[in-house]
Amino acid sequence: MNLVDFQRRMFEDVSRPLTREWKTRIQTDEGESVAAIANSYITPNDRLTSFERLEIYNRQYWFRLIDAVSEDFPALQAVLGARRFDSMILGYLVDTPSTSFSLRDLGASLPKWLERNPHHAGSRLRLALDVVALEWAYVEAFDRAALPPMVESDLHQLNDASTLMLQPHLQLLKLSYPVDELVLAVHRGQGTSDIVSNAVVDRKRKVQPRLPKMQRSNVYLAVHRYDNSVYYRRLEPEAYELLSGLQKGRSLGAAIAEAFSTSGDSAEEQAAKIQQCFAHAAELGWFCRPGVAD
Amino acid sequence: MPANRFNGFTDYGIGVGLRVPHYEHIFAERPVVDWFEIISENYMVDGGRPLKILDQILEQYRVVQHGVSMYFGSAQPANYEHLRRLKELVKRTKTPWLSDHLCWGSVDGRYTHDLLPLPYTFEAIRTTARRIREVQDFLEIPISVENVSSYVEFQESQMTEWEFLNEVVHEADCGILLDVNNIYVSSQNHGFDPFEYVNSVAADRVAQIHIAGHSKFEKYTLDTHDHPVLDPVWRMYARAIERVGPTATLLEWDDNIPSFEEVHREALKANQYLAAAASKSLEVLA
Repeated sequence: MNLVDFQRRMFEDVSRPLTREWKTRIQTDEGESVAAIANSYITPNDRLTSFERLEIYNRQYWFRLIDAVSEDFPALQAVLGARRFDSMILGYLVDTPSTSFSLRDLGASLPKWLERNPHHAGSRLRLALDVVALEWAYVEAFDRAALPPMVESDLHQLNDASTLMLQPHLQLLKLSYPVDELVLAVHRGQGTSDIVSNAVVDRKRKVQPRLPKMQRSNVYLAVHRYDNSVYYRRLEPEAYELLSGLQKGRSLGAAIAEAFSTSGDSAEEQAAKIQQCFAHAAELGWFCRPGVAD
Repeated sequence: MPANRFNGFTDYGIGVGLRVPHYEHIFAERPVVDWFEIISENYMVDGGRPLKILDQILEQYRVVQHGVSMYFGSAQPANYEHLRRLKELVKRTKTPWLSDHLCWGSVDGRYTHDLLPLPYTFEAIRTTARRIREVQDFLEIPISVENVSSYVEFQESQMTEWEFLNEVVHEADCGILLDVNNIYVSSQNHGFDPFEYVNSVAADRVAQIHIAGHSKFEKYTLDTHDHPVLDPVWRMYARAIERVGPTATLLEWDDNIPSFEEVHREALKANQYLAAAASKSLEVLA
């Protein structure tokens, strides 16, 4: 077996899903004996069979990945409960193995994956989708780039045809529940950890916090970083639409027209809202200086 | 005076791994520490608090980068997006050397996030050495590779782990980050004499040493980095220092992390061995 085939063999074996008891499966999906596969390339010793030696890595693989995703989505875990969450994460990781050198990126596809696999959230789907979107937005806001912000003289040069680049760390969310309160309540009790040792012996469980009661109501949220801390800021619907339009690359005129297309506000009221939206966004540095991304 | 041509930093002394739970203490107390080792991947981000913290540390301390995802032994081409980000960080930290593990961990674009051992074959030597040279050329900085702890041995292996390590670093012309705890852990799992490993490793290439704690289970020993350094590992460290001379040393403590003072106190125990090695070097010069 050449080196790349050897590595494909071992990757398949260490990444094979575990049993419900968190042990290595005795058979592959095709009915092959995993012990026989392990014997074919792993040497046993006087204490461990080839299968048992493989099992150390098989368990480490899953414990590490599950822990990494769990750390980024503690509120989702609190909403779904530990058993349902574990089952969801396993399904996600089987469908979406890591394709990045960094564990930081492991949960990137979870919001979209959960939308495509709604049965994992049961009756709390809408709430779970809001929570997963907000928790991923937090990860992005935490360490995405902050580019030089626009200064007053840049603002004076804007016209209807201008396009504005928003800060990469700014995430805009349209939610069906006020999950910012729920996520904040859970995150307060969480610590952060580094990527360090490669040894993982067991699953780590955190104490589940009490969750605030949630009632449906549309919430428009900006998740952003200011002075190296992440903040959630609620937006008016029109401000959300306007900023979302700009984020999608629409011109200023088109984004404003779209944001107010169904508005019953008078022209003066609309102007006041636009001015307020721009004042807040500029104050928080959400608009990047023209040309900074080039 | 450098102990060897890969170890131009003999005055680096004893470092401590920079860990999140210690940030508050470090910024409040400004303890005297020879240097901090950072896990590169924790700072390979576009912005935010991690880089702010790093910049504050760099204002006051020397920093050396250690990686966990380069996977020198992975058989397929290097990920240049990864290397570009790493190079940006290297420029920021001005790390005098950079280390990562002698292992593999990715295949066909999929990552295990584990430090998987290689089969000790001539093909693996060629593949790994080629990758180390490629990375060293791209980053324009000296590379040292760390021996990993392991829990499996492979049918295909054609030599011992220390022979494999020596061959790789010779062919890549790079340094060694000798982890004496990893040697001890693997010796317990594979039944070899850890001192034979320490006595056989290419001493003239050792650029840095790691020490750490481990955990013994019923059937195997695991590299958990969650304890003080145990006596057998200190004895191996003493022998390694005796062979390679004063060498930058780092204590790894990554789980159940105690206070900064406790971690630093444990690390500083290495001083007695370093001092003995230094006085021996002076005797030779005299």
